[in-house]
Amino acid sequence: MTFQSIDAWWWPFLFILVGGWLATDTWRFLGVYFGGRISDESDALVLVRCVATALVAAVIGNLVVFPSGELANTGLLLRLAAMASGFAAFLGLGRHVLLGIAVAIGVLEIGIVLGF
Amino acid sequence: MSETSDDKAGSGRRSLYWLLRGMATAFSVPGLILSSAFIGFGGLAKESGISLLQAVFMVGTVWALPANVVLIGNIVAGASLPAAAFAVALSSVRLMPMVVALVPEMRTPKTRSWVLYLLSHCVAVTSWVLAMERFRRVPRDMRTVFYGGLGWTLVVVNMGVVAVVYAVADELPPAVAAALFLITPIYFLLSLWGSARERASHVAMVVGIVLGPLLHLVVPGFDLLIAGTVGGGIAYLFHRKRQARAAA
Repeated sequence: MTFQSIDAWWWPFLFILVGGWLATDTWRFLGVYFGGRISDESDALVLVRCVATALVAAVIGNLVVFPSGELANTGLLLRLAAMASGFAAFLGLGRHVLLGIAVAIGVLEIGIVLGF
Repeated sequence: MSETSDDKAGSGRRSLYWLLRGMATAFSVPGLILSSAFIGFGGLAKESGISLLQAVFMVGTVWALPANVVLIGNIVAGASLPAAAFAVALSSVRLMPMVVALVPEMRTPKTRSWVLYLLSHCVAVTSWVLAMERFRRVPRDMRTVFYGGLGWTLVVVNMGVVAVVYAVADELPPAVAAALFLITPIYFLLSLWGSARERASHVAMVVGIVLGPLLHLVVPGFDLLIAGTVGGGIAYLFHRKRQARAAA
C-alpha cells in the first residue's frame, strides 16, 4: 500500500487524503473541540501555548539539522551559522523579520560560493 | 422595520470590511515569505515525481508546510499508507495546541462551531502567528470573519503558487533552491520569537529547538512530541515561578 502500488488515477489522491489530510485535520478538529472548553484567561492556556511553541521550535530545529531538498547538500555548520547570524541581526537591529531573513540567506549563499 | 434592515446592511458592510482586511493581511510580508517557502516546496514535489494536480491537492488538503514535506518524504521513501499517515500525524500534533490557543480568542457566544471547524483547517504557523499578532486590533465579533479571509486566502494563493512553479520552473538553480528551503525555518524562528505572548514562550522555543534534533537522533518519530511536552512543561514551570515571585 505505497503511493506507487495501485495503478489507478484516484489512488494517489486517496493516499494524500488519508496520509495527509486526515492525519493533520484530525488534530485541528480536536483543537476546536478542546479550545471551546477553555477560557482565554485561564492558566492552562499558557501551558498549551508553551507546548505549541516548543513543538514548532522542534520543527524549526529539525528543518535546519535534517533538511530536505537542495539544502541537504550544504554543511550543517553553514546552516547553523546562517540561522544564528539571521537571529542575531533580528535581535540586534530592531527586530525586523525581513532583515533577519536577508542576513541568513546572505550568509548561506556566501558559504555555498566559498564551498562550505 | 427599516431600522433593522439598516442594521443588517451595516453589519454586512462591517463584515465585508473585515473579510477584506483579513484577505489583504495574506499579502503582507509574512504571507510573501510563506509563498517563497512554497516555491521551494513546489520544486521538491516536482523533483519527487509528484504530479501537478497531486501537489496542488496536497497543499489544499494538508496545508501545513512541515506536514507536506514529511508526506513527500514518505512517498519518496516508498512508505506504506499507515506508516506515512503515522509520520504525518506525529509531525502535526502541534496543530492541536495551536488551535486550542487560537479558538478562545475568536469565539463569541454567538459563534457556530461549524465555522470554527472550517476555519481550523487554515491553521499553520503563518496564519496562526499573524492572527495572534493582529487580533488585538480586530473587534472580537469580527475575528472569525477576519481569520477566514486571511487563512483561506493563504491556502488558495499558495495552491496557485505551487501550480505556477510546476508550469514555469524546470529546475531551480541549486543555490536558489537551498535558500528557499532555509526561508521556512528562519522565518518561523523570527516570527515565533516576535509574537511570543509571555517570556515563557521564549524558554519553550530555546528548549524545543535544541531538543528537537537531539531527540530525532534518539527516538525518531517521537522527537517532536517529546520535545514539545518537555519544552512546554519547562517553560510553564518557569512561568509559574515568575508569577509566584511577582506575587510575593
